[in-house]
Amino acid sequence: MEKRKTGLKNQMSAVPFLLPSFIGLIIFSLLPIVISFFLSLTDWNGIDSLNLNVFLKDHFIGFQNYVKILTGGEFFRVLGNTLYFIVLYIPLMLIFSLLIAWLMNKNYKGVSLFRILTYIPVLSSWIAASLIWKWVLAPKFGIANNVLSIFGISGPAWLQSEQWAMPSIVLVSVWKDTGFFGLILLSGLQGIDKTYYEAAAIDGANSWQQFWKITLPLLSPSIFFVLIISLINSFQLFPQVMIMTDGGPNGATQVMVERIYKYGFKYYEMGYASAFSWLLFVIIFALTNLQMKMQKNWVHYGA
Amino acid sequence: MLPFLWMISTSFKSRGALMTLPIEWIPKNPTFDAYIKVFTRFPFARAIGNSFFIAVSYTVLTILSSSMAAFAFAKIKFPFADGLFKVYLASMMIPVQVTLIPLFVIMNKLGLINTYTSVISPSLFRVFAIFLLVQTIKSIPDDYLDAAKIDGAGLFTTYRQVVMPLCIPTIATLCITTFMDSWNDYLWPLVMLTDRNYMTLPIALSTLNGQYATEYNVLMAGSLISMIPIIVVYIFAQKSFKGSLVSGGIKG
Repeated sequence: MEKRKTGLKNQMSAVPFLLPSFIGLIIFSLLPIVISFFLSLTDWNGIDSLNLNVFLKDHFIGFQNYVKILTGGEFFRVLGNTLYFIVLYIPLMLIFSLLIAWLMNKNYKGVSLFRILTYIPVLSSWIAASLIWKWVLAPKFGIANNVLSIFGISGPAWLQSEQWAMPSIVLVSVWKDTGFFGLILLSGLQGIDKTYYEAAAIDGANSWQQFWKITLPLLSPSIFFVLIISLINSFQLFPQVMIMTDGGPNGATQVMVERIYKYGFKYYEMGYASAFSWLLFVIIFALTNLQMKMQKNWVHYGA
Repeated sequence: MLPFLWMISTSFKSRGALMTLPIEWIPKNPTFDAYIKVFTRFPFARAIGNSFFIAVSYTVLTILSSSMAAFAFAKIKFPFADGLFKVYLASMMIPVQVTLIPLFVIMNKLGLINTYTSVISPSLFRVFAIFLLVQTIKSIPDDYLDAAKIDGAGLFTTYRQVVMPLCIPTIATLCITTFMDSWNDYLWPLVMLTDRNYMTLPIALSTLNGQYATEYNVLMAGSLISMIPIIVVYIFAQKSFKGSLVSGGIKG
């Protein structure tokens, strides 16, 4: 098709159409990111006046916030908590969403009901999901431990146990996200040409070999997409922590966004919180770029 | 699925029935206590209204602002168009959490904390919606627009009467996902809304969680109420919904 823009050429004519989103871009994206960096160089408490002269004299502290964060133990402990989350969450989520995608790709009675059921967690808010699981995991009266006790297992105190709190957060996250990622993998599965399997069957490949040699490589773009999105989401982990543990017990579930929120809006250390949020930005920026680079290299685009 | 049933069962229990062993899978004496409590102890009806008002306004504004921008990017020739579009796309990499504190400062300066405006206004700039609509509008043949121009239609008329109707499938799916995002959003309204009378459902629920942390029957009743509208929308719109989430995901 001809790649010409239509004769709507008056240069000013685009302005009214772009104005609302452009104002939005300035207010909600560009201005905040600049202010955020500026605040990260100060020890502003969120209360003192923002008069620029006073501000520079009283509050400007250079890169001290960053030095404090990177030399103190907290940042790396919080990062460690996040990595622990990632190591448990991503493999579990991938296995379950592959399973769900595989089940939904079959034609049997009740598949649409199954779809709705796996989708209910995706539709509910993080708050509702977290409240439900907080009650499921209640040590004495929750169903989790009551079901375990049927098998003679005495369950842990889950959210109140330093050791089990993070795995509990992982549990609710897997429960909530699997349906969504399952759907993305399903659309990947549906894009695979059926003739590959027919050819493989003729050559005598069993279904296990078909899975490893055909499904997995051809699904790799979808899997890769799911990996990156879930990795970025993992660094933004927040509502489930706020509702279920509030960062406890003993800091075992403190994560980056939770720290940013607490420093900013509970302890009023806005400067420190801004520096923290810039470090988060750097991490997410790096991951997004990694995604773009890697996508070119190892992902197999076949179907 | 089991946790979901457990939520429904719990919401019909009295406070005493929460703490019985062995646990009651189906409440022996079902009551509406929890539902009554959630509405009397908290302006919960108001929260439902707030959530509806905010989510609907947010969705309408998103569609308007995004489709206008998308029309300009897709069909109008103007200087720096490609550069500006790149800036729009690049801003997707900025996580909300980074802009949270400065935005709080800005909103505070403007006196907009605890107003609907503060929660709704980010809908002006939804890059993903713009991106999706640019793809759709680009696929509209230029001949349509030229024909409109020959008929004497101005740009705005063309946008409203030629372009928008052709975007209806994309707009429909965007409506559903945007409504859901806004309905379930937590971090942004959490910072903007501290007055009980302005709270949306997720914020109301998290406040209830802070106050009645052990009264799970009340919390479960509230959670169930908050989920019903979305589930209803989903069941009615299942087909387009599924497509939209997937295409949304892959292109994002």
